[in-house]
Amino acid sequence: MSKIFKNQLFIPIAALLLLVLFNLIVDPAFFALSKGVYDGDSILTGNLISIIDNGSELAILAIGMTLVTAASGGQDISVGATMTLAGSVIVKVLRGSETSPVTLHQSIIVAFLVGCLVAILCGAFNGALVAFFKIQPMVATLILFTAGRSIASWVNNNQNIIIKDEKFKYFGYYLPKIPIPTPFIIAIICIIIMALLLKFTTLGLYTQAVGINENSSRLNGINPTLMKFVSFIILGVCVAVAGLIKASRQEGTISYGGFAKYIEMDAILAVALGGNPLGGGKFNMAASIIGAYVIQFLTITLYARGVNPEALPAYKAVVVIILVVISAPTVRDKISSLTKKLRVPKKEVC
Amino acid sequence: MKKKFLGVVLSVAMVATLLAGCGKKEEAPADDATATEAPADDAAGDDAETPDDSAASGKLIKVGIINNDPSESGYRTANVNDLQNWFTEEKGYDASFEYSLKNDEQIKFAQKFIQDGVDYLLLSAAGTAGWDSVLKEAQDAGIKVILFDRTIDADESLYEGSIVSDMKAEGQKAVDWLAEQGKDEYNIIHIQGEMGSAAQVGRTEALQEKVDAEDSWNIVAQQTADWDEGKAQQQVEAVINKGDDFNVIYAENDNMAKGAVAALDKAGITHGKDGDVIVIGFDCNKWALESVLAGEWNYDGQCNPFQAELLDDVIKTLEAGEEVDPKVVIMDEKGFDCETITQEDVDTYGI
Repeated sequence: MSKIFKNQLFIPIAALLLLVLFNLIVDPAFFALSKGVYDGDSILTGNLISIIDNGSELAILAIGMTLVTAASGGQDISVGATMTLAGSVIVKVLRGSETSPVTLHQSIIVAFLVGCLVAILCGAFNGALVAFFKIQPMVATLILFTAGRSIASWVNNNQNIIIKDEKFKYFGYYLPKIPIPTPFIIAIICIIIMALLLKFTTLGLYTQAVGINENSSRLNGINPTLMKFVSFIILGVCVAVAGLIKASRQEGTISYGGFAKYIEMDAILAVALGGNPLGGGKFNMAASIIGAYVIQFLTITLYARGVNPEALPAYKAVVVIILVVISAPTVRDKISSLTKKLRVPKKEVC
Repeated sequence: MKKKFLGVVLSVAMVATLLAGCGKKEEAPADDATATEAPADDAAGDDAETPDDSAASGKLIKVGIINNDPSESGYRTANVNDLQNWFTEEKGYDASFEYSLKNDEQIKFAQKFIQDGVDYLLLSAAGTAGWDSVLKEAQDAGIKVILFDRTIDADESLYEGSIVSDMKAEGQKAVDWLAEQGKDEYNIIHIQGEMGSAAQVGRTEALQEKVDAEDSWNIVAQQTADWDEGKAQQQVEAVINKGDDFNVIYAENDNMAKGAVAALDKAGITHGKDGDVIVIGFDCNKWALESVLAGEWNYDGQCNPFQAELLDDVIKTLEAGEEVDPKVVIMDEKGFDCETITQEDVDTYGI
């Protein structure tokens, strides 16, 4: 019993079940899947699809954020801003100098690679400040947090853009003949790649070692500076992928001030919900990813319930506080020791 | 040793950024000054050649313009461009521009302009409060203040004129248009902007009054998407999945209307001209007007960013020694619907 409580996956899965239970009681139709038609192809629709669709960006970002948190013991708060920048660059490359291009000026893959490069550079900048100059991650990333959106709007001259292109829309909507939204497929691919990296390379082990004790890991031949730097680079790639999805979803119309606003906070929350210590060290990637989908589940639940708009952030805050408090290691230790105590007298009775 | 070196590098970097920061800040106004001074000298030199606008006073009218940062929104970009294109030497103005989204920074800019001795101070305030003392200062220095786009909580005697956007009138225009569509029932998904912002309050008020007054007008869902396209899309998806009937989407800006339309498309619900759902947006982004023109949307309400000409009129009146009457001018807002919009409208009013 106590083993279940101690398992890191317990909290996010319990939260997920709680939300499922709540919706089952209030309105079982919440889970109904139906068939829709998009562009002549039949697709699946329903709240569950909406959750896995719209939670994709967050899940992808949670992957990178987990590594950064584990390695550096801090968080990157510039994610939303750099995502805007990456999206803006992708759009710029695709549109050339027109505001509503009829044909794309570059292939999407080139645009994505350029966006990726920019996001990696941002990651490298953050990583360098954190790894080489030993600046607190939150302070180091504050620079791009403040400047990123301005740079993004400068890239596109603050213009109002729309890219109506079938192929560009694939990334945020549906691929032909496939009933599942593309963002979810991309998220699954990212998750698989990360899982393989963690399984077949020493990335996970080294990152945790650095996060737990930098000095002893250095004595054991691990380069902590490099590991921190690498974690920020990986987050950069995640940011670029998420930026592409979101830019495609919005057909290139990026409102520079509001694009992916506060998504960094949700990503950090996903890591926390997954029960990962925000001070670095051990991490559980699956828990973070489930955490990300829990957040999206909560958002869609609140939308479906039609909560009073002014109260929406408050509802979210209350649920989040409860989840985070329960997932705190001290609370979980208390719970597991409590269950032990409860079980001991039982045995005596028997 | 390594640590010491790092420390030195760091401190050098910090000092460098500090200096760079200072340099930039001082540079910008200095640049402005030289840029505007040089042509000003020119203009003084060959006065006869300058157009008659400035001939009356014989020299350029010095104006300081404080606006919100153009990156705020497409609306703001259009507003800033309009002002920059209008207040030029050819029109008889020596204009300096400052941008900030923060009230306290704007107040500092105002103080700077007062010290520079501008003739007119044009102001689009970021916040409504805190302007009394600095405007009093301007008045004492004989500087005339004209507000544009936004009003402030200050005594009317402190400014000469005010040109404002009436957000409620924009909403009212859209609601009136909607009422003309002659539907038996209006079941509305109302997507609100950032709660408490002037545009949200005005546009919500107009709709809410109508819904309260008419039995056939119902609100199916009412939620804020914070002007964000993605949030609007998720909210409309949630309403569709719930299975509620609706035939109107009233989104308080174009981006949210676009998100809502994406959700409709995914669910295979028709919209726009001849569609099941009426789509209403605001702000007249160019791509939004194109959507109206293409019949994908039904209506787009304007929030008129072209205020330079009216400001110019006010200054002319004041220069002639007359009072501005009425003191508060409300911008004329247009609305475009899919039946009557033309390509010319898209080109003229799209921002």
